[in-house]
Amino acid sequence: MTLSARDLTVTRGGMAILEGVSFDLSEGEALVLRGPNGIGKTTLLRSVAGLQPVEAGEVTGAEDQVAYAGHSDGVKAMLSVTENLTFWASVFGVANIAPALAAFDLVDLKSRLAGTLSAGQKRRLGLARLMVTNRPIWVLDEPTVSLDAASVALFDEAVRRHLGSGGSALMATHIDLGLSEARVLDLGPYKASPSARQMDEAFL
Amino acid sequence: MRALLYRDLILAIRAGGGFGLGLAFFLIVTVLVPFGVGPQSTLLREIAPGILWIGALLACLLSLDRILALDWEDGSLDLLATAPLPLEAVVAIKALAHWITTALPLVLVAPVLGVLLNLPATGYLWVVISLAVGTPALSVIGTFGAALTAGLKRGGLLMSLLVLPLYVPTLIFGAEVARRGADGLTVQSPLMLLAGISFGVMALLPFASAAVLRINLR
Repeated sequence: MTLSARDLTVTRGGMAILEGVSFDLSEGEALVLRGPNGIGKTTLLRSVAGLQPVEAGEVTGAEDQVAYAGHSDGVKAMLSVTENLTFWASVFGVANIAPALAAFDLVDLKSRLAGTLSAGQKRRLGLARLMVTNRPIWVLDEPTVSLDAASVALFDEAVRRHLGSGGSALMATHIDLGLSEARVLDLGPYKASPSARQMDEAFL
Repeated sequence: MRALLYRDLILAIRAGGGFGLGLAFFLIVTVLVPFGVGPQSTLLREIAPGILWIGALLACLLSLDRILALDWEDGSLDLLATAPLPLEAVVAIKALAHWITTALPLVLVAPVLGVLLNLPATGYLWVVISLAVGTPALSVIGTFGAALTAGLKRGGLLMSLLVLPLYVPTLIFGAEVARRGADGLTVQSPLMLLAGISFGVMALLPFASAAVLRINLR
């Protein structure tokens, strides 16, 4: 399954922030989005995940194929690690959560309430959720925030295994991951030029 | 879908989930009314069905902002929107979970509190029936209000203002069923209208809630 984006224009708060973004992502590939704060990495990822409509252009191959992980982990503080994962696994129709627990070193924490985890442990739980979605395209927004070096290595390993099994990953990140095979897309050149028409619409 | 219902029920029952908030509020209102109105048992007998209905309605209103706001804050709503579950089903399940954890206890406890208000013996059955038929409408309409204000910080006031007018028809017909039942009159037409409102909003509002939620998620 190939994800392809053609001439995307994405908007935030009614203002176009990126124009003419095109990329292809086929099986086994990883694409890293780069760019300064506010360039529109999150907005682009949310558009690809189908959480917001694109202003122009089209995304194909994303329908029901995307597992999205945003800034927040969607972890319920009053549920245990196992309960959190089991919930997402049953939403996505996956039976076994053991590989996900093992991949992110959560086995020792599995009966702890998620509210008592540290920020990095919560993040690991949020990323482990990706593995119980059984979806081929991972769309990740700053996946390594609050992870230590060892956990980043676990994450790299999980992504590499996902790519190896025919999946693909689209991520926005500032730090260098250990994924040497990942392509990098710099969003700087796609920055939308502000036009008077857009300004009018933004304030309507 | 069952997993989502199960998760919402567990979250509501565990500490900090807000289960019992509506129940405690309902209890306080109905216990305080006799003190405020005075000990005339004939007056209490007359206002009992209305007070029970108003108390139940406000108790429902109290917990509405928990339906979607918590899932919004921790990002679960984004993830649910990208899950294979349609958003219409998500909001319908959330309304059902709200009804089970908030409204159903009110329905069950209403006859007990009716004693405090000197509710006539003929009224107990109809108070329970009218609440059982009417409260699903309160939960579904409330979920719509929660969807409209999802993402607003401290959106509770706006939500109350939006939801209260929508609650009025349910309150009118619900209290009418209870009052007529208590007076021993025929309840058929208000009960039909109340059931009509409940079924109507159950059928239609999940679609509206999902539509506004999609817009709010952008």
